[in-house]
Amino acid sequence: MKIKHDTSKKLMIHAVLLTYTLIALFPIWVVIINAFKTRRAIFNDPMALPTSETFSIVGFQEVLLRSQFDVFFSNSMVVTLVSIFFVLLFGAMIAWALTEYKFKGNLVIALLVAMGIMIPIRLGTVSILQLMNDLNLVNTLTSLVLVYIAQGLPLAVYILSEFIRQIPKDLKEAARCDGVSEIKIFFAIILPLIKPAMATVAVFTMIPIWNDLWFPLILAPNEGNQTITLGVQQFIGQFVTDWNSVLAALTLAILPILALYLIFSRQLIRGLTSGAVK
Amino acid sequence: MTKTPAKKPFPWHLLFFLGPGLLIYFSISVYPLLDTLRLGFFTESSDGSLAFAGFTNYSKLLFDAIWSEPFWNATWNNLKFFVIHMLVQNPIGLLLAVLLSSPKLRLSGTYRTLIFMPTMLSVVIIGFVWQLLLSPLWGITENFMWDIGLGDYFDAWLGKESSALITLAFISVWQFVGIPMMLIYAALLSIPDELVDASVVDGANAWQSFFHIKLPLILPTIGMVSILTFVANFNAFELIYTVKGALAGPNYSTDIMGTLFYRTFFGFQLQEGSLTMGAAVATLMFLVILLGVALYLFFFQRRVQRFQL
Repeated sequence: MKIKHDTSKKLMIHAVLLTYTLIALFPIWVVIINAFKTRRAIFNDPMALPTSETFSIVGFQEVLLRSQFDVFFSNSMVVTLVSIFFVLLFGAMIAWALTEYKFKGNLVIALLVAMGIMIPIRLGTVSILQLMNDLNLVNTLTSLVLVYIAQGLPLAVYILSEFIRQIPKDLKEAARCDGVSEIKIFFAIILPLIKPAMATVAVFTMIPIWNDLWFPLILAPNEGNQTITLGVQQFIGQFVTDWNSVLAALTLAILPILALYLIFSRQLIRGLTSGAVK
Repeated sequence: MTKTPAKKPFPWHLLFFLGPGLLIYFSISVYPLLDTLRLGFFTESSDGSLAFAGFTNYSKLLFDAIWSEPFWNATWNNLKFFVIHMLVQNPIGLLLAVLLSSPKLRLSGTYRTLIFMPTMLSVVIIGFVWQLLLSPLWGITENFMWDIGLGDYFDAWLGKESSALITLAFISVWQFVGIPMMLIYAALLSIPDELVDASVVDGANAWQSFFHIKLPLILPTIGMVSILTFVANFNAFELIYTVKGALAGPNYSTDIMGTLFYRTFFGFQLQEGSLTMGAAVATLMFLVILLGVALYLFFFQRRVQRFQL
């Protein structure tokens, strides 16, 4: 083996990866450090860290005073959590039924659900808005939850099916011999076994819901019902010249996701790199 | 496999398992899509009633200058947007994945986590962040370019017709490079070491074993990354809307199908929104995406089976 050659090669690899890591982090870093500075310091020396002289949280005060960030945040939390809960529950139920039972229409349903992985639900927006109008759900968080359940189900069914298929037959058959009902088999035996897969699905479902602008913009744009993404978009559109507020609003939107990501990144990356979505 | 339905008169358990989820999926995803395809064949009169109109909307969109110019402009821009992603995002993702998968690399997990971070954030946030960074008012990018001796080349890229779309595409590439990186990285890890070792024993150098062993094996993943990029790009909206607004300025130079669909359906400023024309635009977007998916399935047929659940 060529030891020398290997060392310089390793150095090259680290140099490239480090450079790209800096490219990926720099923009976010600049926004966060400047959110804690006075207006003058933001412009005079954008790259400097806030010091005791330049430190200021006036932007955050403005944001919290002039917008309902707390409301936006809790709206997003409610919408995301409720949607994930139903995507996981209904997704697992559909995945179980489609993999376990043979019945007429099984393949058709499976194909229609699989199509939803590739065909974006956005293309049906015209009719979705009409439907929500007819149901009197426009401007409610319920409309968003319903759309996100429909949006999240296909991938959830796909990933969970792969896992359910790996569950050994003996487990189910033993329970059936004991006269346990199908519904109880699902809740007592299957659900606990696919918990790790459900965590993966939860992460994949959560990100597009939390970050979505399209459906909040169309279905729930009114004061009080905005999600955080729409709220930030509207706030910055209004106060675009107030740099302190803009930077603070961006930072407030970034930090919770950053914290969550660093906590759950292992889970997420394991999901991405395991067989689940290959 | 069980033969449950044979015994029982009605498979209540099936209804229980499939009912709630499919009710939501069919009524809020499948039905609206089909209904949108239907609405594209109607016109709406001022009192809101619909009348069947055949292909009128489509002939307007494709041939009537008032409609067709914006439509072809958006389609063409969208294609450019996609090509930039394919030429920049996916090769960089591939490169990073190959580097990350080099054996016994220290800090590999840290690099991976950090490079993937922008992908997690909302496109809206990323749009605003880059708008600030590229702003001549703040001058961060301008100063940086002077520092590395390229100051003369700085321009207000987002504000110019000739460069706005390309700049936005690069912002999107920057954000989403993590996805091809992760998926290709996973595929590279799943290649058995013996295969690569065998090629080394046979005298292949690093390039040869990459191009002859690894690349053919990760080709299905590259195909999947391509179709994911295609669908995401032809469905994109948020970045353009955040940075350039619904009018996709300057002078519609950043208009893509998503923003065109939004304006056609909801209307914006002087333009009145139209339900049926919006449905027609959505239908054409659907056909474009369908074409992409069909081509993908045709060229990567061995993956088809996995899509049939």
